[in-house]
Amino acid sequence: MTDRTEVEVVAIAGTSRSRVEQLARLTQRNGALVILLALIAVSSIAYPSFASAGNLSQIALQAAFLAPLALGLTFVIFTGGIDLSVGSVFALGGVLAAWASQYGFLAALLVPLIVCTLIGLIQGAIIAGTSIPAFIVTLAGLLFARGLLLALTQEGSETYKVPAEAAFLQLSRGSFLGLGVPVWIVLILFAVGVVVLHRTSYGSTLLAIGGQPDAARLMGLPVLRSTLIVYSVSGTMAGLAGALTASYTASGVTTLGVGLELTAIASVVLGGTLLTGGAGTVVGSLVGVVLLQVVANLINRLGLTNSNWQAVVNGAVLLVVAVAQVLLSRVQARERERRRGGESAEADGADRAAKGDGAGEVDEVGGAGAQSS
Amino acid sequence: MLRDVDFVLRPGTIHTIVGENGAGKSTLIKALTGVYQAESGTIELAGERVSFDHPSQAQDAGISTVYQEVNLVPLLSVARNIFLGREPRTRFGLIDLGTLNSRAAEVVAELGIDVDVATELGALGIGVQQMIALARAVTTEATVVIMDEPTSSLERREVDVLFGVARRLRDQGAGIVFVSHRLDELWELCDEVTILRDGAVVRTGSMAELDRRSLISAMLGRDIAEHGATSFSEAPETESTTAEVVLEATGLRAPGRLHDVGITVHAGEILGLAGLLGSGRSETVKAVYGALDTSAGQITVRGSRIRRQSVPAALGAGVALLSEDRKSEGIVPELSVRDNIVLAVLSRVSRGGVLSRRRVDALVDRYIDRLGIKLSSPTQLVSELSGGNQQKVLIARWLATEPSVFLLDEPTRGIDVGAKQEVQALIDELAEKGLAVVLISSETEELVAGSARIVVLRDGEISETLTGYEVENSRLLAALVDGGAASDAPSAEGAPCPDDAGDRA
Amino acid sequence: MKATAATASAPVKRSTSLRKWIADYGVYVALALLVLVNIVITPHFLTVANLRLQLIQTAPVLIVALGMAMVIGTKGIDLSVGSVMALSAAIMPLYIGYGTLPAILVGIVAGALSGLMIGVLVSSFGLQPIVATLAVLIGGRGLANVIGGEIKNLSDPGLVSLGTGSVLGVPYSVLSAVLLVIVVAFLMRRTTFGVMVEAIGGNRRAAELAGIRIRSVLVTVYVLSGVLAAYAGVLVAARSQASDPRTLGLLMELSAIAAVVIGGTSLSGGRVRVLGTVGGALLMQLIVSTLVSHNVADSISQMVQAVVIVVAVALQVGRRKS
Repeated sequence: MTDRTEVEVVAIAGTSRSRVEQLARLTQRNGALVILLALIAVSSIAYPSFASAGNLSQIALQAAFLAPLALGLTFVIFTGGIDLSVGSVFALGGVLAAWASQYGFLAALLVPLIVCTLIGLIQGAIIAGTSIPAFIVTLAGLLFARGLLLALTQEGSETYKVPAEAAFLQLSRGSFLGLGVPVWIVLILFAVGVVVLHRTSYGSTLLAIGGQPDAARLMGLPVLRSTLIVYSVSGTMAGLAGALTASYTASGVTTLGVGLELTAIASVVLGGTLLTGGAGTVVGSLVGVVLLQVVANLINRLGLTNSNWQAVVNGAVLLVVAVAQVLLSRVQARERERRRGGESAEADGADRAAKGDGAGEVDEVGGAGAQSS
Repeated sequence: MLRDVDFVLRPGTIHTIVGENGAGKSTLIKALTGVYQAESGTIELAGERVSFDHPSQAQDAGISTVYQEVNLVPLLSVARNIFLGREPRTRFGLIDLGTLNSRAAEVVAELGIDVDVATELGALGIGVQQMIALARAVTTEATVVIMDEPTSSLERREVDVLFGVARRLRDQGAGIVFVSHRLDELWELCDEVTILRDGAVVRTGSMAELDRRSLISAMLGRDIAEHGATSFSEAPETESTTAEVVLEATGLRAPGRLHDVGITVHAGEILGLAGLLGSGRSETVKAVYGALDTSAGQITVRGSRIRRQSVPAALGAGVALLSEDRKSEGIVPELSVRDNIVLAVLSRVSRGGVLSRRRVDALVDRYIDRLGIKLSSPTQLVSELSGGNQQKVLIARWLATEPSVFLLDEPTRGIDVGAKQEVQALIDELAEKGLAVVLISSETEELVAGSARIVVLRDGEISETLTGYEVENSRLLAALVDGGAASDAPSAEGAPCPDDAGDRA
Repeated sequence: MKATAATASAPVKRSTSLRKWIADYGVYVALALLVLVNIVITPHFLTVANLRLQLIQTAPVLIVALGMAMVIGTKGIDLSVGSVMALSAAIMPLYIGYGTLPAILVGIVAGALSGLMIGVLVSSFGLQPIVATLAVLIGGRGLANVIGGEIKNLSDPGLVSLGTGSVLGVPYSVLSAVLLVIVVAFLMRRTTFGVMVEAIGGNRRAAELAGIRIRSVLVTVYVLSGVLAAYAGVLVAARSQASDPRTLGLLMELSAIAAVVIGGTSLSGGRVRVLGTVGGALLMQLIVSTLVSHNVADSISQMVQAVVIVVAVALQVGRRKS
């Protein structure tokens, strides 16, 4: 029987991470936050107007319209999936909200949420029930939602307006304690997201599906149900973001949201969530959204009025972060290997001279590189 | 895969299932845990008949499995992992972190693991993670715990602690199935043993009544396949040592797998490479072929050094490797037999990147003919062929490279008797024509009949080298059993493994 | 626990012969059926002018799908193709002053460079193809917008003739698509490159052990995909005599993947079906044009396409194995 002291030794030996490994890990998780804070500091010095309350709350508000999308997507990506339909569903949500606003506040909010959730649910069902890759299903979903949107707006020719006196407008225009209502909604949603991830078995199940899909199944976790829910919620979130935007612009703009899924993915990845699934943070995605919004704000200040730079930046950011994630994971894996290798090398003993297996090692010609291939 | 296997696990015992690769260990475990469904037969748990269509049903019934690769979620805390899917809840349906952590701490303490349960699992060493997996098994109130190769990536002291945990579980009344290719561990831990070979039980009983020698001979099936089942001619013993050295590999090291292994092969010689599962046989030939990450070593072919860790360099120097794993490292199932054969010699059967039909056909026809590959047409998909014919296609692939060194890793495994004899005869013939051959086989008879010399590996080191009259079945079995302790071979300096201390037989 | 006389064997793969048949020939049957239906229900379907139009409209998708088929053959995916089309079409007008051919070449070089970057990221950095090409999908179109800005009218006579001219009644775009089909089919069936592509997709480890240089093959495949997409972008711009970076090639990745998969190339790699891809591209085009010629609104047409794609891919890949 093993005694306790020995156990302790093992546990402690197992916990110790090298400094390099810890640094790589920290960078992977909190890199975005560091960049965000540094960027805010630098911008505040360079552009005094940047740090003004007005500008900052404007950035927060802008971020709030994208954030729900990123939140839904974060959970999808946790499972190793992807949802490329969110941009279209976002636009659809906006149109539905603007159309339904004539029937009152509740309709304006519930109609987009219900329809968009349904679209997400259908996608989730196809992904969970077949082996079609998520990106194909959701690309088709992108096309479908866009088609539905066009069908609802006489092929995009009609823009529904939110009635000027509608209470629905207050959803985005009101403010509380100096922050716009959308900002509060987003903060609450992310708080819920954090609780779901850390305090429910659903959160653990999502991470298990993304990190160890076979294990998730072997452990008897509800893989199918969780997949359904995660795509449904992604639809809901996209619909909500659309509704908020419709409230803000007082209309259902049909051309919105093209390429928005890509901005959302970029912010999620920037926040430290691995696109391979199984690891990431909810708060990181919020940081990622804000960071991209700050960059957009700066792009304007730099005089690059062409808003398309934002997409270039998003793409570049995604690439750099994805490469950085791969490299950081490699560093961690190597360090872990070294830690273990070091232990076994000690036990390995001193090098022994190479043993010949018999006679005949005469022809030792050191012709390194003689081989051409 | 399995033929009429009876298996009984008693509560409060640790029972090991042993067998070489392909003996049916993993199939049996998969049948017990609901991953596979048995075609016939029954499973009874505590006297009641059960059947599992899905692993989760087995789990619900109280059969818990700990795999070689830790199947937990690295990002979650230890406590969350232990109770994943069965967390204690608060009134609001949220996970009750307080209760979760305190209960997890109890479980962990009970098993003698000292770890902070709030730590992220990924921050812990593999050994601790294995123990957490075991702790998870405990909390599912499992009556049966199956441990499939849990120690293969653990350090010795981690193994000790894991065993401590396993014993506590046993003492609490659980039945434990333990599978490991480190044989010494079996006597240290297990009470009972079931030996499988070729999908059937060859022996079952108390572990203490079995010594290492009889265990290994039962595993390898020496008592059944007595001499003469092979068609190798008598190996030439004298010429080989004076012939030219074709391959010389020295000081091969790969972290955790090979510790200073060296082999020398002469033209026309068949060098046998023996060792039990996990001894480093396959790793040695892969290292020579450049297909394994090595940290040190020199490989010389016909006097020229070749670059380590480069398959093209090894191929270019005339080394060929027939891999042990035909499916995942050999055949390309969706390509034709034709394409599979020319895969390693594409540049030779093409001009400017364009395949020459004439050359491809000539080459393919020659080898199909020479090896007697049975097929309806060379354009047939290779996946449609039988195992034996697939193996011949792969041998054709490597012979087409006109190698001077041919590394054969288990060339006759999983193929029918007829094909087996043909392959053995072919290897013999190749050696007679001057090829340097390294032969790996789990069947001692095959090695003894074929090889002029046999290098015995154990735990990634050479433990013994058999030459001349020593190349004989009982001698080889002894070498496998004792790992060189009783040997007069030049490798006597290789101290016996510390693991031997645990041998209680 | 007691297990008595258990006899077990590994589960058999549930690939029914019907499914295999659908994967191999379904596209041709569907195509033939749709043609028959159109002959009956669509007026003027069997006219030279209409068939010519169908082929012209298929050409860009088909060209992109050829590159996609090779990428999918290696078990990869290329989501960047639509953006690469836009990028090459946006860059080309900037160099039109140097002549038609140099301008086209510059556009194609842009595609090659994007493919090179993706190839290196995938093969040397181990980035997942979907991630690397997604980044180019985002950034590529942004770059195209930045460079191209507003819609540019292209009145260069050389481009105009590429877009509208023909030899012996066969439009240049169709002719070049046919030539490219032959070239890619030759590459896949008659060269060592084709064998290497399918070997990497079918069993990467085996290909590695057979001494195949995985990295260079992968880079080549992504470069080819980029080049083909860039050329398709040039064709579209030449035909419409305009380059609109915001819409040119939008969702092309979806159409191309659909054409490839419907054509029987498995998403799990290992087999490239060039002729099937031709069938898949024609089928996709014919579905759209059937809807258009019967005055089905664009909105409905998009939804129908979405459903068709999912159903077709579902038929090819089958249900999830549990």
